[in-house]
Amino acid sequence: MSTFWSDNLPKLGQMGAAIIIFFAVLAAIFFIASRVNGKKSRPLAILIFLGPAVLLLVFGLLGPAIRTFVLSFKGSASHTWVGFQNYKWLFTDESMRIVLRNTVFWILFTPIVTTGLGLLLAILLDRMRRESIAKSLIFMPMAVSFVGASIVWQFVYKYANPGQPQVGLLSTITKHLGFEPSNWLLTQPLNTFLLMVIFVWSQTGFAMVILSAAIKAVPTDIMEASALDGASGRKLFRWVTFPMVKSTFIVVLATMVVATLKLFDIVRASTGGNFGTSVLSNEMYSEVFIRYDAGRGSAMAIVLFLLVIPVLVYNVYNLRRERSIS
Amino acid sequence: MSILTRKKTSKIAESNAGRKLFGSRGATITVWIIAVLWTIPTLGLFATSFRPKPEISATGWWQVFLHPHLTLANYSAIFSTGNVSGLPNGVLPYFINSFVITIPAVIFPITIATMAAYCLAWVKFRGSDAIFYGIFAMQIVPIQVTLVPLLLLFGNRVSSGIHIGSIHVFPGLHIAGKFLGIWVPHTMFALPLAIYLLHNFIAALPRDLMEAARVDGASHFTIFRRIVLPLSIPAIAAFAIFQFLWVWNDLLVALTFTGGTEGISPLNAQLAGLAGDWGSHWELLTSSAFVTIVVPLIVFFSLQRFFVRGLLAGSVK
Repeated sequence: MSTFWSDNLPKLGQMGAAIIIFFAVLAAIFFIASRVNGKKSRPLAILIFLGPAVLLLVFGLLGPAIRTFVLSFKGSASHTWVGFQNYKWLFTDESMRIVLRNTVFWILFTPIVTTGLGLLLAILLDRMRRESIAKSLIFMPMAVSFVGASIVWQFVYKYANPGQPQVGLLSTITKHLGFEPSNWLLTQPLNTFLLMVIFVWSQTGFAMVILSAAIKAVPTDIMEASALDGASGRKLFRWVTFPMVKSTFIVVLATMVVATLKLFDIVRASTGGNFGTSVLSNEMYSEVFIRYDAGRGSAMAIVLFLLVIPVLVYNVYNLRRERSIS
Repeated sequence: MSILTRKKTSKIAESNAGRKLFGSRGATITVWIIAVLWTIPTLGLFATSFRPKPEISATGWWQVFLHPHLTLANYSAIFSTGNVSGLPNGVLPYFINSFVITIPAVIFPITIATMAAYCLAWVKFRGSDAIFYGIFAMQIVPIQVTLVPLLLLFGNRVSSGIHIGSIHVFPGLHIAGKFLGIWVPHTMFALPLAIYLLHNFIAALPRDLMEAARVDGASHFTIFRRIVLPLSIPAIAAFAIFQFLWVWNDLLVALTFTGGTEGISPLNAQLAGLAGDWGSHWELLTSSAFVTIVVPLIVFFSLQRFFVRGLLAGSVK
């Protein structure tokens, strides 16, 4: 027990010290800078308020992104220039074909299923009188890490050889329905879809909460006026509610596309990318940190980035429009 | 803010026939069916973590409701400070690491982001809009893009640091394998979303208040401390929860920047590895997983209201 604390107390000490130092430095800077008057005070304030963030972003995101772009044209140890070799390999290699196929599957299905289901739930919630507990239960998986989620779902997908008792939920249900359960996570390409279910399970609550708030924000008088004009049920939703929440729907959809592309944890923790389940972001990690090929890994990261660019352009376009209105 | 007031008016009008799309009863039943379906997997994990080892592989976890036979042995096993199936001190050190990583990784970016958001919203200067759009755009950069160069920057070797061609322009920071080496990337990656959300909130603060303070001769630092910070607490709290969940549940940053240093690895990253190594130790895996899950659940359920409101500041107009 004593070695335990002598090992672990210093860590907590480090944490406390880091926080105290951080705020002490900040307080000192604020104190000194607020004494400065006159012409220099404004530029100084800008420097102090914005400087740390800009510095961290340039060193942490912008610089590395540019550097990765450069590395993607270099060989595995980054010594020689190889031109588009890494990209050519990425799009022609046999093993990469499955990775790209899976990535496309993920982008095509998960965002739309998650957001669609979230919208359906948001509409249903709008009709309910008491919603809080059910809503919280559906939102709860959002707080569970993808690693935790992968372990949670192993109890659904678990499979035992014939003759041994099935303890997985899916296997048991299949057996009771009279079919022979299969080894779910080894069956291609079914396993990729089973992993997608984990994502949908985890993120639907998020989509639901955001869309639910958007539906509630639709002004009641518009709804009443349309109802008086004879619109009802599906028609009301199609022509009144949906157009009013459309922009939120697209924002959530875009968020899901980005989350899907960055997705790493579910694949890593469930199958490690084996059995034909790997996706670009997982393969990129394996390439750099397991096979030590920074060139190919960087090329994958760049492809990932290119895939996100349409979402980015759309978001910036939207943001500019919103800002110019308000 | 307007959403909240509108929400109230719509609550009053909820019985309004115009909202009818599905029958109220049908809606309630459908939502509850989905809610139950959504809860079953987690319930399975929870139930399994209290079952004795031989039973876990013999019968399905739902048997627990028919033949309740529960034990706390799994939990006392993982929390013992002796050797637990390959982990020299059980899971407790990693649990502590998770806190040591997460708390500063929440405090640092929020402080820096609030400052930047105030500046971008209220201390406008030539180019401040361009910087705002630039930061907003960075939300989308996949973290994967930044890993290799950042690792080189943080490294301890002579070759670490930043090179342009063969010229060494910046030395390695020697923080790889230390807690600082995880706090810094988490801070960097959190900034774009944090600045964007907080900017939305801070920009909506009353203009009169800010101008009155300026007229009274208050410096930007005074305004920030006395006005902006106290008024932004709801948005700050919301982002704090978001960032807490994100860092606590993160795997990619943890795997990359702990660089195999066991002493600073968080529980979630350990768990990902154990899922393979402990293939036959379901009793340990489930109880450890539940310990990892329970902390964000507590944070989330106790602060749920802030969380939802804070996210809305960014996504619903």
